[in-house]
Amino acid sequence: MGTAGLGIRQALLGLAAFLFLIDLYLIFQYAPTASEALGLQVQRIFYFHVPSALLGMISFAVAAFASVVYLAKSNSPGHRGAKAATPESRPARFSIMRVAILILFPGVRIWLALRRVEKRQWDRIAWASAEVGTVFFTVAIGTGAIWAKPLWQTWWVWDVNGTLTFMLWLVFIGYLIVRSYAPTVERGSRWAAVVAIFGAAAVPFVYMAADWWEGLHTERITGPGASGSMQSEIFVTFMFSLVTFLVLFIALVAERTAQRGVEESIEELRREVSA
Amino acid sequence: MKSYLRSAVAVYAKDMRLEARTKETFSAVLAFAVIVAFVFGFAFDPSPTVVALVGPGIVWVAYVFTGILGMNRTFAVERDRGTLEGLLLAPVGREAIYAGKLASTTTIMLVVEVLLYPVFLVLFELNLFNIWFVLITIAATVGFSAVGTLFSAIAAHTRAREILLPLLFLPIVLPVIIGAVASTSAALAGDGWGGVGKWLQFIVAFDLVFLVLSSWAFDFVLEE
Repeated sequence: MGTAGLGIRQALLGLAAFLFLIDLYLIFQYAPTASEALGLQVQRIFYFHVPSALLGMISFAVAAFASVVYLAKSNSPGHRGAKAATPESRPARFSIMRVAILILFPGVRIWLALRRVEKRQWDRIAWASAEVGTVFFTVAIGTGAIWAKPLWQTWWVWDVNGTLTFMLWLVFIGYLIVRSYAPTVERGSRWAAVVAIFGAAAVPFVYMAADWWEGLHTERITGPGASGSMQSEIFVTFMFSLVTFLVLFIALVAERTAQRGVEESIEELRREVSA
Repeated sequence: MKSYLRSAVAVYAKDMRLEARTKETFSAVLAFAVIVAFVFGFAFDPSPTVVALVGPGIVWVAYVFTGILGMNRTFAVERDRGTLEGLLLAPVGREAIYAGKLASTTTIMLVVEVLLYPVFLVLFELNLFNIWFVLITIAATVGFSAVGTLFSAIAAHTRAREILLPLLFLPIVLPVIIGAVASTSAALAGDGWGGVGKWLQFIVAFDLVFLVLSSWAFDFVLEE
């Protein structure tokens, strides 16, 4: 890693900043003021709240997926060595079939590209995604509370989305803390991967439990975002906001992943020097 | 399969023998549980109407807290005495060690939980001697220890084991806590399978998923 892809990363950050300027204009100038039921001006926080909550969920999916791949690529004691012997870079044989498959199914191409990503890199991606995801979840919870107070006269509603967001936020915090307490980087990576996978496995259970619980204790409040038809200006602004947050997410994760790579090579050099 | 079972039973028997001789974990956890129940008596007005409302909640908060305390010791004891390395060097599968540890943790927790039934009856007039509640206790305790045994193996290797275990453990077992509290309310209100069944199946499904997941992940957690 290191300086590889520096240009792309800088371009991504620049693009995110540029998109954010347009997004702010759309949110505060272009989008119409919402009806009183949605909280008038306060409703504009929706363009921050929903994208950051969605990106938080996506970051969790990324972290969990990267963790699964990382653990799958670590040699478990049983078949250590057996895996290392697998030739990673076999010369690709040219055939019509192969080319046709690659052109017809972009998924295969992505799959082949992903297979070439090395083990440590998956761990760095998971870590970066968890860090960025924690920030997005924090924003989502904060903005949610600010929006809920004028709308429902309460800071917090125990609905499914709120419970799930809060739970995943806590799992991410545990994820980051377990790394910092681990005696070695390698163990921290493995432990954190297990935590992420456990969190992902618990998601459907939390979803169901919170759903049933809500049915038992409170009458359901449908969020304004869920109300059937959206005005086209609101829809456009929302989608633009979502894309902006997505680009920001990718830029931050790419940056953080690269930083981890640099940190690790510095650590390696330091060890070499002291040895 | 047979050797797997035999090794798991051996680990379980070792833990049980140790516990029977020292009663270290058991006595500390039981005392803590009684104190938690006692303190709850002052946290709110323990009149029958209030107890009917918050009773299931305090029972499960007490169980979860004592569970964390007990599970923290599962691997901490091995680590402090330096016997963990010996256990890991034994020529048995890690899954067998996990299964044995899981069984011993579950046993200790279940014994403490059942001993708390009369305590809740005396302090809060909360009658937990109810077949549905017994089933809920067993199902939820298995779920707690399935997750907790794994995370206690992580926490035991760190400086901050007392903080780390609840931090990792509680968000993951949140669905079990929700299910246990909701089904306990139903069971104590006198609903039969109609009110309890849905939640009980839910908790058992959680148990199964996390038993499989934990025995798979255990290998990665303990690898040096």
